[in-house]
Amino acid sequence: MRPFLYERADDVQSALRAAAPTSQTSIPPTEASAQFIAGGTLLLDLMKLDTMRPQVLVDINGLERTHGQIAATAQELRLGALVRMSQAAEHPDILRDYPLIAQSLQQAASAQLRNMASLGGNVLQRTRCQYFRDPSWPACNKRAPGTGCSALEGVNRKHAVLGINEHCIAEYPGDFGPTLAALGASVETAGPGGARSIPFERLHNGPEVPNVETVLAPGELITGFVVPAGPWTRRSVYLKVRDRQSYAFGLATAAVALDLSDGVVNEARIGLGGVAYKPWRAHDAEAVLRGKPFDEAIAHAAAEAAFAGARAHGENEYKLDLGRRTLVRALLQAAKLEI
Amino acid sequence: MVDSPRPQVMLQGAPPDDARPGIGASTSRIDGRAKVTGEARYGSDFSGGHNPAYAFLVTSAIARGRITMLDESDTRTVPGVLDILTYRNVGDRIKPGKTFDDKGYMGTTIAPLASDRVWHDGQIVAVVIADTFEAAREGAHRLKVTYAEEAPSATFDSPGLEIVSADSASREGEEPGEEKPQVGNAAQAFAAAPVKIDAFYDTPTQHHNPIELFTTTCSWSNGKLTVWESSQNVYGYQNGLAEQLGIEPSDVRIISPYIGGAFGARGSLTQRTALIAYASRRLNRPVKLEATRQQGFTIATYRAETRHRIRLGATPDGRLQALTHEGWEVSSRPDNYKVAGTDASTRLYACPNVSSEVFIVHADRNTPGFMRSPPEIPYLFALESAMDELAVALKMDPVELRRINDTQKEPIKGLPYTSRSLMQCFDAASQAFGWSRRTPEPGSMRDGDWLIGWGCATTMYPTQVAPAAARVTLTPQGSARIQSASHEIGTGIYTVVALTAADRLGIPLDKITVELGDSELPPAPVAGGSNSTASVCNVVAKACEEIRSRIARAAVTAQDSVHFGLDPASLTLTDETLQSADGRSEPLDKAFGRAAGGAMEVYAENIPHGAPPDGMKRLYRGTSSLAGGAKLKDRIQFAFGAQFVEVRVDARTREVRAPRMVGAYASGRIVNPKAAKSQLMGGQIWGISAALHEATEIDRRAARYYNDDLAEYLIPVNADIEEVQTIFVPEEDKLVNDLGIKGLGELGNVGLNAAVANAVFHATGVRIRELPIRIEKLLDAPAIRS
Repeated sequence: MRPFLYERADDVQSALRAAAPTSQTSIPPTEASAQFIAGGTLLLDLMKLDTMRPQVLVDINGLERTHGQIAATAQELRLGALVRMSQAAEHPDILRDYPLIAQSLQQAASAQLRNMASLGGNVLQRTRCQYFRDPSWPACNKRAPGTGCSALEGVNRKHAVLGINEHCIAEYPGDFGPTLAALGASVETAGPGGARSIPFERLHNGPEVPNVETVLAPGELITGFVVPAGPWTRRSVYLKVRDRQSYAFGLATAAVALDLSDGVVNEARIGLGGVAYKPWRAHDAEAVLRGKPFDEAIAHAAAEAAFAGARAHGENEYKLDLGRRTLVRALLQAAKLEI
Repeated sequence: MVDSPRPQVMLQGAPPDDARPGIGASTSRIDGRAKVTGEARYGSDFSGGHNPAYAFLVTSAIARGRITMLDESDTRTVPGVLDILTYRNVGDRIKPGKTFDDKGYMGTTIAPLASDRVWHDGQIVAVVIADTFEAAREGAHRLKVTYAEEAPSATFDSPGLEIVSADSASREGEEPGEEKPQVGNAAQAFAAAPVKIDAFYDTPTQHHNPIELFTTTCSWSNGKLTVWESSQNVYGYQNGLAEQLGIEPSDVRIISPYIGGAFGARGSLTQRTALIAYASRRLNRPVKLEATRQQGFTIATYRAETRHRIRLGATPDGRLQALTHEGWEVSSRPDNYKVAGTDASTRLYACPNVSSEVFIVHADRNTPGFMRSPPEIPYLFALESAMDELAVALKMDPVELRRINDTQKEPIKGLPYTSRSLMQCFDAASQAFGWSRRTPEPGSMRDGDWLIGWGCATTMYPTQVAPAAARVTLTPQGSARIQSASHEIGTGIYTVVALTAADRLGIPLDKITVELGDSELPPAPVAGGSNSTASVCNVVAKACEEIRSRIARAAVTAQDSVHFGLDPASLTLTDETLQSADGRSEPLDKAFGRAAGGAMEVYAENIPHGAPPDGMKRLYRGTSSLAGGAKLKDRIQFAFGAQFVEVRVDARTREVRAPRMVGAYASGRIVNPKAAKSQLMGGQIWGISAALHEATEIDRRAARYYNDDLAEYLIPVNADIEEVQTIFVPEEDKLVNDLGIKGLGELGNVGLNAAVANAVFHATGVRIRELPIRIEKLLDAPAIRS
């Protein structure tokens, strides 16, 4: 870990001021010299590993007063960026109306981490690829652009099979992100250029330039999330398949929301985790289901569509099969729910 | 659908302790309060006095090659950086040492800063010392190391390995052939056998990951060195370090009162200790190193991956006719470390034709070392999996297959087991488990979406005892102090020592103080091979007996004593009195006053059966002489158990969970049943861990570890473990040692690997011969309908 300046911000404006980029040259947000810190559950790890080397940390926990609320209306669910994972996981409106969000958060990390980690930080969680995290590995396009990808022919049991290219096959490890993608959420930000709203699906970039992970500008702050309500959110499941029962990253996860009437799928929303480069929405799988009577065969067809473009690199070959099975199981569970 | 007992709540409040303390009394740990309040001080809690400097390691980013450039300039600019150790300023100033199993003390002969040579991934290439931990870490991160890399050999099947027979690599003191037990003609018998199993089995690299990180603090005063480091072998560390630093052992003191987990990782001296001692001498200031979790994967030892080929031949009624066990074990380039578990696996069952061989596979890796049940874990996984495969081939119940091949004599030399209650363990465990309700067909037991599998296996561990010394001091007030340089690695040795003294001196536990873990105390053997309880309790009992004898002899010759004229051997110390068989008694203080003016101090040594006559002399030099197991000339001594497990496999996504397990054990006399139960439960849980979770992944191109942290190196969490049952099968063994203690520290985890694999086969029809058992290995199970 290298010395850094620590500043506290009590409101958005002071946070933006403290984190304002010092130069006009465009750099990836994760490499900006100033970084926001809330729970610190990821950033501190990467600083100790010498993987991230910010010179300024801007503590935004003071924003909890203004950006730590959960508000549900008939139209939408609003989540402040400083809401802690555990807070959202236990919120009665979310438990009732958006069970997949609660489940994705309950199954993420450990109780201690959930109590600390903010939702805004959570969606920016970085990959668990050790070739990225440990700077003693020489080749990693995400950490050191142009050096190559060690994972392509290396240890890649947990790596992504969707949304990858030859530059990077790192998996997005989070659970909350896939649910936001599935539900068509948007993310609200404040930045040097003002406030904006970004469809959550567009927050994360693909691997074309692996070290530019999001569309956020340096010094741009996530302030909250808006999840549109819909008749599908109650019939929803987050299924996480992992090596152990708790406190493990998902090998394959599925965030599923269905609107069924008389056994016919009016609407289906599907997000995938553990298998993709970024929080993944399976539009093709949704299209297979939409308007069809629901049964196991159509669930299989949806899973086929979801993984039609998937590619494996050796150890993660099983994810093509496991990912499908996980989605089928989640769809069957959701369809069976009594709501 | 199966009528399986549902998991019960595991902890229903601890049962009360037995009223009278003594050997066999269920007793809460006497150090329990100190441990949970933070009063107990572990190696990492010490800082060597005032104003220590802090060290941070720089470790290699390649597995094989040379350092071509070390650029310290950036490091030197960090405020607070005091010194940088590299091969350029260490070199031969630290002397090489032999490995532990080569009559030395070290875990490896690879001396990290001796030259520019890199032997393995994560080898120490520099030590940065600074005023603060943070400055040392920053300085370490800023050190630029450039290498000339050579293509490394990572593991089995990599190019460039050197494979040698362990037998040809035998060392001084080992008889040729010791590594390849054989009898009869196994090849011929196998060829002729009507039923055969021939299969390969693999176990992965594993790391101990004790919660306490690898910490060393050194301080010099008047030419004498004090080291605070958690150690399973304080006398070994003292002697080994003295040898490396070229000073007298009496000028080195190792302090290690409590150890935050060891599991073998702190049995042999690592190379870091001498480096920190050397750094402290250069700076004339205490230096503290707390290595990171990641560094712990490469600066200490580990369990290397192993491969096995097992051939079993049997008659149609299940009698073994042939057993061949070949093992391959990865080691470093220079060291012939091996576990060679064939000495146990070839002696477990009656079989007239046995052959075996072990091969050492030299790769560009750090030297492996002891990890809980080092030989038995991999070798019994292979054998007990093969036995299950044989039971399937014979259409025989696996418990019955073991019964048919049970024996009271080991088959190689025909030596008798001092005691062996294996089938009593199988019967007790199978009854508690409900084994009779098992339907043998794979996939035949199901609970909704869960496929259920039941499996079992034998567990065994050698009973070993070593020369040991202890000092017992009894005061006129009836308080006792017990001193021995033994090691509290979490097993509860403070308590069993106190129970032994309470038993023999007849005083309550609150009048007993136990001091361990300091090389200034009388020597005790390495806390390894599950020998400590037997070795230390026997010598403590011997010292106590001397005290009792002196008090009794004084009483029978004193006219004012109620015991005047009696045989002193007939008197016992009980309930703070000196008692005769006919119930006469007098208070301890009165009887004690006749035998001693002030305190009575007795130093005792014990050399057990089979140990070398100069075993005590060797022990003072830091070398433990463990005697027992299959190494005795006149008999064989092992503890046994039977382990049963239920697994549940999701029919669609194939996650494996193990909600229920039962182990039954016969291990001679149990000194503290409460702690023994905890120890065995912990072993069983580790068994689940090893079978389903643990594996250190290796990048085969770079020969480097990949998942070197506890987020990616998985062990079970609470949610993975539901019902854990342990059963003690009573067993008396008067031969193993005076107190009849067999030791059970490493008995609890041995059989579980195979038991889980056998249960997974029963659930799914898929035979997993390569641990750990993970989802991807179970996706193709055509026999199972989703």
